[in-house]
Amino acid sequence: MAITNLFLGTKVRLVVEDPQVEAKAWSQWLRNSEYMLLLDTDPPVLWSEKTLKDRIEKDLEESHEDVFYAMIRTLEEDRYIGFLAFFETFWNHGDAWVAIGLGEAEFWGKGYGSEAMHLALRYAFNELNFHRVTLGVFEYNQRAIRSYQKVGFVEEGRIRGEFLRQGKRWDMIFMGILREEWNNNNPFQPG
Amino acid sequence: MDLKRSLFEEELICLAPIDPERDAEIEAKWTHDAEYLRLLKADIARPLSPAQVKKAYESIEKKVEEDKNLFYFTIRTRPDERLVGFAKLYAITWSHGTGMLQMGIGDAQDRKQGYGRQALSLLLRYAFDELNLYRLTALVPEYNRDALRFFEKAGFVIEVRRRQALNRDGRRWDLLHLGLLQEEWAQNGSLKIDEQGRQ
Repeated sequence: MAITNLFLGTKVRLVVEDPQVEAKAWSQWLRNSEYMLLLDTDPPVLWSEKTLKDRIEKDLEESHEDVFYAMIRTLEEDRYIGFLAFFETFWNHGDAWVAIGLGEAEFWGKGYGSEAMHLALRYAFNELNFHRVTLGVFEYNQRAIRSYQKVGFVEEGRIRGEFLRQGKRWDMIFMGILREEWNNNNPFQPG
Repeated sequence: MDLKRSLFEEELICLAPIDPERDAEIEAKWTHDAEYLRLLKADIARPLSPAQVKKAYESIEKKVEEDKNLFYFTIRTRPDERLVGFAKLYAITWSHGTGMLQMGIGDAQDRKQGYGRQALSLLLRYAFDELNLYRLTALVPEYNRDALRFFEKAGFVIEVRRRQALNRDGRRWDLLHLGLLQEEWAQNGSLKIDEQGRQ
């Protein structure tokens, strides 16, 4: 068995940092409302670095076994640019949800997110032995949809009008990728 | 506005609060029927003692009170108030007017008696006319054909098919996400009880 460093790509790596490092990054990212409106259905709210740190520490204490959380760091400048998480893992079915976000907007559309998701899937299928991975993406986030397609996700349906923004109802698109699709026909070439 | 029309009572059944002392015995029995648990959800099927069920009730009531995004009812027959199932609205997101719905009739002998249909009718009215939600989602395992028919009859449509999301008895099954919009529900002639009540 050739041992690959699962956490290392060609542009980014996945790292887990202490709560204060994470809190510092998030306190800035939250202030970019465009980012938050692409990421979450919750109304964007602002939290201080201190509050975020306390919340992260509390989450760690509760140590949910269905959650895997990492930050994304660039290789070139060694900058924190985003986060990645598996959650709502059903170990009995090998099914989990994945979330990703690049809080540093200057890194959007350049392949950093796609590579981080590629690493996430490699970890999901080769280490966690999941059977499939699911994600939800907003219909107005075309850049994200393209990125997910690039790493092999396909659309599995739409939750109609799941959220209301700027006076309009928008669909939540669910995408999924199966282990066999990842194994047989992995379209993504890093680099 | 018809104030006389009960939000909680139908002809055969009513929606009622949990009665922890009495219900725990019965619900514990249901959890020993793996078929019931597997028809209901993706969670690992696991039998519970009455004390464990009572604890679960406590955590439900705490969540109802604190999180404000869960509404939980027991389903009881009328007029004898016999516990036959539960109905809940959960994961409600108030800013978008969305929520999820789950129901179960615990004992197989109580299914196909119209209890579920009437409970669903009450639950939908509660969700759309009282909570003013815009839409509801229900999760149904592909192998639960009765549930799929049950929800489709009430106007739900399959919106998402999460391929092979379930692994049971060595086979892969899809997990279906069904959706119903308030406007579809309001126009839906299949819930005739509703129409009569609205004259």
